[in-house]
Amino acid sequence: MKVSIFSTCLVDLMTPKVGIAMVEVLERLGCEIDYPASQVCCGQPTYNSGYLEDSKLAMKNMMLAFESSDYVVGPSGSCVAMFHEYPKIFKGDPDWELKAITLKEKSYEFTQFIVKVLGITDVGASLDGTATYHRSCHMTRLLGEKETPFQLLEHVKGLHMEPLKNSDNCCGFGGTFSVKMPDISEQMVDEKSSCVLDTGADILISADMGCLLNIGGRLSRKGEPVKIMHIAEVLNHRNPVIAKGGSQT
Amino acid sequence: MSLQTDKRDFSERTTDGLGDSFMRNAVGSAQDSLKTRRLSAATALGDWEQWRTAGQQIRQHTLQNLDYYLEQLAGNIEKKGGHIYFAATKEEASSYIRDVIVQKKAKKIVKSKSMVTEEIELNHVLIEAGCELIETDLGEYILQMDDWDPPSHIVAPALHKDRRQIQRVFTEKLGYTDDESPEKLARFARKVLRQKFLEAEVGITGCNFAVANLGAINLVTNEGNGDLTAAIPKTHIAVMGMERIVPTLAEMEVLDNLLCRSAVGQKLTSYITVMGPSVAGDTDGPEEFHLVVVDNGRSDILGSEFNEALQCIRCGACLNVCPVYRHIGGHAYGSIYPGPIGAVITPLLGGYDDYKELPFASSLCAACTDVCPVRIPLHEQLILHRQNIVKENRTGSMERFQMKAAGRLLSSPALFGKTLRFAHPASRLMSKHGRIVRGPELIQGWIGARDLSQPVKQQDSFRAWLDKRKGESGE
Repeated sequence: MKVSIFSTCLVDLMTPKVGIAMVEVLERLGCEIDYPASQVCCGQPTYNSGYLEDSKLAMKNMMLAFESSDYVVGPSGSCVAMFHEYPKIFKGDPDWELKAITLKEKSYEFTQFIVKVLGITDVGASLDGTATYHRSCHMTRLLGEKETPFQLLEHVKGLHMEPLKNSDNCCGFGGTFSVKMPDISEQMVDEKSSCVLDTGADILISADMGCLLNIGGRLSRKGEPVKIMHIAEVLNHRNPVIAKGGSQT
Repeated sequence: MSLQTDKRDFSERTTDGLGDSFMRNAVGSAQDSLKTRRLSAATALGDWEQWRTAGQQIRQHTLQNLDYYLEQLAGNIEKKGGHIYFAATKEEASSYIRDVIVQKKAKKIVKSKSMVTEEIELNHVLIEAGCELIETDLGEYILQMDDWDPPSHIVAPALHKDRRQIQRVFTEKLGYTDDESPEKLARFARKVLRQKFLEAEVGITGCNFAVANLGAINLVTNEGNGDLTAAIPKTHIAVMGMERIVPTLAEMEVLDNLLCRSAVGQKLTSYITVMGPSVAGDTDGPEEFHLVVVDNGRSDILGSEFNEALQCIRCGACLNVCPVYRHIGGHAYGSIYPGPIGAVITPLLGGYDDYKELPFASSLCAACTDVCPVRIPLHEQLILHRQNIVKENRTGSMERFQMKAAGRLLSSPALFGKTLRFAHPASRLMSKHGRIVRGPELIQGWIGARDLSQPVKQQDSFRAWLDKRKGESGE
């Protein structure tokens, strides 16, 4: 199965390890990886700020970039949810509406693709530790995907999950909201960080890098040693195996 | 009170809200407990999503046929001997009510909670006319006694006050001498208010829904003050927003179910009443009934891209889940309609001049859209407002420049490629030990509260890794 990677501009600029982990997991599950190099950004930063026409340029670029893809898979519920909004945005546009619908129909968030398209819930990962999971608002509410991350995490050997209080409250990122209304955003991320700390977990997992940069950045500022992991990194993690002879492989 | 509750800048109001730790605790714990109650009341109904769809369909059908149902309502009220008045503006609405009261030479007025009477500045107009006016909803009464402190929530107007603050208000203004127990405070207010009900000549209520085929109004309350306000005085004046109407009792039943469960997590509130002009054989109740139907900008919303905002049944559920409302509180919105629905309708009723920040006071987390019992796409309506505000050039020139640049960059593979190459070296000047420590205003907003790593070096980027692999496998 050929899978086109939608790496997202945030992973491109800030966290390459997430893209690498995603590719390694998908290959291990038998996917053939394709990377359309003309992709840039889904257009969400400008769209959510109200700059519709400027955003449409980015959106059109993405529709063209993935035009010949069979499946488009991204490590972000939020960015994939943006793809899913395209048909509404280009409704009635004779040149782009069909392209928008086609892209929506073949786009999946990473965990969603593994569970719903590949039909796999155990990817053979193992990670020793206690973790908690932050649901991103856009993945949960706009993409409507609530369960697949938990179905996958359940099968990660050695990983103990702690529930996060008020998990349905936003972390305060909201794209440009975090820099346009920094005082409010700060209070939101502060409360979220406290909830993370209350779980006692040493790892915070999410399927969206935006939220993780936000909560992780706050925890780091407060000097808290909670480790931040994108779910692709968790699913790509395998504890070293002790071979019979005693040496590590 | 008018639509606008505070003329200061949005940022000043927000700073006040964020600095009020008492209010934030009160709002936070109210949100947390209401969430559980709402969920269990919603689940108890069976398929909640189907109920929401029914609610949405009823509201959309009614709005599409609003002229028909308003005409039917008016006919039925007049048939029963009641009066109906269509007010195009807030001034028309409050003048009509004042004139009715002045004509009767009435002085003593009791009111039950009604947001639309706040919107039309009724209290102000009646007090100017020399009336003695008392709010009888406990929350509203507390606010009135506290020199008309503005409401901060559309269902629980005094949510921002705690028992000690209420005790202080009652002690200072009413000579209350007991402690801060809620039961004692409520009993004290009840005693004062009972007398007011008995003395009142005119009672003014809101209207949760008018029932078109009955020529009646539906009141949904917990304290029973609405029923006393409507039933004891000789004259009852009800005030409604033009869109708050249902065809028959069958639709009212669906909406009341959605309203009570969404607003307070109850199956039904303590009192759900249908009332209107008295009919032959009635042995008590008011002798005269007026219904004032307020437009005040609603016709402009009807049929516009914001039409769905008129579906609102004022349950307040979107306030109860909003993480921004949670931290800044209701007063920061500067409007009698705070929270997500307030951020949508306040700019529609009051214009962007005063309210252009409100649509941006949201992380677009869509918790509001998810909880709305009549499926108003609230976060999408906020984006629509943002688009209009941008179209009208009301955002700063710096922001417009940045967004134009972002639009070009994010649509151009070539420009983005250059960005990937230069982002890391360019960030060196702004960084210390791999972390960004200074930068333009946008970055300042972020690093004020959070750490931020430097962008990745091009040779370490995901794309470089892919290219390298390709090269290796090609060998």
